[in-house]
This record gives sequence, C-alpha cells and structure tokens, in this order.
Amino acid sequence: MDNWTFGITMLVVGMGGTLLTMWFLSLLMGVLKKAFPYKKEEEKKSS
Amino acid sequence: MADFSIGSILLKTGFFHLTLGHVIMWLIGAFFIYLAIAKEFEPLLLVPIGFSIFVVNLPLAPLVGEGNLIYLFYHYGLEWEVIPPLIFLGIGALTDFGPLIANPKTLLLGAAAQFGVYVTFFGAILLGFNIKEAASIGIIGGADGPTCIYLTTKLAPHLLGANAIAAYSYMAMVPLIQPPIMKLLTTKEERKIRMKQLRPVSKLERIFFPFIGTIVIVLIVPESAPLMAMFFVGNLFRECRVVERLLKTSQNELLNIVTIFLGLAVGSTMVADKFLKPAPIFIFFLGLVAFAFSTVGGILLAKLMNLFLKEKINPLIGSAGVSAVPMAARVAQKIGQQEDPKNFLLMHAMGPNIAGVIGTATAAGMFLAMMK
Repeated sequence: MDNWTFGITMLVVGMGGTLLTMWFLSLLMGVLKKAFPYKKEEEKKSS
Repeated sequence: MADFSIGSILLKTGFFHLTLGHVIMWLIGAFFIYLAIAKEFEPLLLVPIGFSIFVVNLPLAPLVGEGNLIYLFYHYGLEWEVIPPLIFLGIGALTDFGPLIANPKTLLLGAAAQFGVYVTFFGAILLGFNIKEAASIGIIGGADGPTCIYLTTKLAPHLLGANAIAAYSYMAMVPLIQPPIMKLLTTKEERKIRMKQLRPVSKLERIFFPFIGTIVIVLIVPESAPLMAMFFVGNLFRECRVVERLLKTSQNELLNIVTIFLGLAVGSTMVADKFLKPAPIFIFFLGLVAFAFSTVGGILLAKLMNLFLKEKINPLIGSAGVSAVPMAARVAQKIGQQEDPKNFLLMHAMGPNIAGVIGTATAAGMFLAMMK
C-alpha cells in the first residue's frame, strides 16, 4: 500500500474507529446511569 | 602524558566549540522562557524546556550523551514510556468526570475533534513526511501534550522537541486560535442556545466509570492502555474517596516531579544539529492546521447532532473537544457569553473537553495499532 492510500485509509478507519469507540462508551454510560441512579440521600450527605 | 599548554586547556573549554547553531538555540530557549514568564504560556512546561534547550546547547557539557544526566531523564522517562502515563495519572486524579457522565453524548464531540489529527496526518504525508512522522505530527491536533509526546517518542523520536513545543504552544494559544473559527461556523442564534442544567451523578456511577472506560477503550484499542489505565486509576483515586494520600500525591507531588523531568527531557532533544532543519517549520504550520480542523470537527458534529436532538446543544461546546483542559472549555464559555451574558456553558463544555483527552489517547492507540 503506498503512503497516499494508507493516509486516506487511516483517515477513514481512524476517525471512524475513534467515533465508534466513543459512541460505544457513551452507550455503556447510559446503562451505568440506569444501574446506579442518583438518590436524594447523596445530596444530603454531600451537603 | 597530560598536555598543560594554554592552547590545549583552551580547547577543552566550550568557547572554541561554539557554533552559530548553538547561539540560535540559546535564543530559541530564551524565547520560550520569555513566553512562559512574561506571557504565562504553559510556564510549567516551557520554563524547564527552555532552560534545557539552553544547557544542552552548551558545547562539551556532559548532559545529553549516553549515560549523562538529562539523557537519563529522556531514556528512562520517555523512551521507557514512564513519564506520559504518570502525567495521565495526575490528570485523571485532577479531573471531575461528572459533566461527561451526566451528558455522555459529549463523548462524540471529543471524538469528532480528532478530525484535525487525521486530516493533518494526511496533510503531513502529502508534504513528504513518512507515515510515522505524519502520525506524530497529526496528534498535535488533539491538543494533549502527554499523548503527543508518548506517540512521538514511539514513532518519530527525532521530532519530539518540535512536536512537543508545537503542541504546548498551540494549547496556550487556544484563546487566539479557536474564537474566529467558532464564530465563522456558528450563527448568533446557535451561540445563544442555552443548555439544560446537568443532572447530578451518583457516587457509584463515578466509581464504575473508570472501570467501564478502561474496559471499552483498552479492549478496542489495546495500544492506548498505558495512558488510559493510568488516567482512569488516577480518577478512581479521586472518586473512591478512601485513598486521600494517593490522590494528593498523584495530583501534586508526583505530577510536579514528572513535569520537571518531562520538560528537561523534551528540551534535551532540541540540540542545534538536529533541530535547525526545515521540518520544525512545517511541524508548526501543520500543528496549526491540526488545531483548526479539530475545532471544526467538534463544532460541525455538534451542529449535525442538533438536527436529530430534541434538546439542542450549543455548538460552541464542540470546540472544547480538543483536549486543552480546561482552556478550551473556558473559551466556549467566553464566546457564548459574548452573545448571551447569562448563558453558562462552562460545565457543558467540560464534557467534550474531557472526552477529548480520551479521544486523543484513542487516536494515538489507533496509530500505534496500524503501524505495528
């Protein structure tokens, strides 16, 4: 693979891969929110 | 037999080995120290870097050759990949992930802001840099000094000085570089968008996030493990609230110590015969391109997301996807308040800002994985 082709491939795969990784992480954070919802008691403790 | 003639003694002093290149490097070192002291541009890094440039360009001084003092900092600190992960430990310990956990969508903005990294990588190839050099130049666009240093040390160590200086200089210049791009790409109405107050985040969410983050990022991009593992363990120290001593050490003493070694080690790579070449000029130019495109990527994705979201996000926070924490978030806040003084975007912008740190480390891991 020449440098030019590698550059284009890396641009697409790298950017896509980074977006997908972060998107997947954001999905799991949604699960985290449901699994450990914020409770009012925490507010009282922290204050 | 030892030669005690005046000529021989004089030849053993540095004076007779001075070149114009050395003097130019002194001036460059002095310029960085000036920026740090007079303009407060990244002083914690630029003071040791500037002084290191100065001393390693004193001829005959036993500092950078194998076995010498600053060489040891470079060898064990950077070549052995110790310092950048330790800096990440400190950053993790200092970072409140709350805004990111409260609004996970902002992770995508942190990813989009890596656009500049990949565009510049491609641009550097077009300018004639080889693939490894191009990757280490592209990562400047992530605006994350330790990641830039980590990747450059692995792929193109001869560019370390120029890359690190470009990354830290542009990070300091975020308030100058980003605002024109932000204004160009957004309308007044978009800049006025107010965002709903962030939800509170539970303690358990905060504790579990470092685990989830480590598992996801490291399983997908194993090469990012040294940075990500240290980043998240630092954050776990912060959120578990039972290791106060470790937390304080990570946030303060350890971070300060490794910052000193980092600055001296980076500066030591800038010796006249290696640095005074055309490449650093291209690197400074490409670094600027990278920063600009990263800002563009974050803003444009925020605008795109607004086409589908019920609760609109202010596209200005997309620009904070470059990692320069918290400077980029402050810039988003400032530009937003120019349109609406009662609009508080800072906490919203911290989400993409922190996501940018993770995104840049992920991008670095991608480069390493592809180039192995």
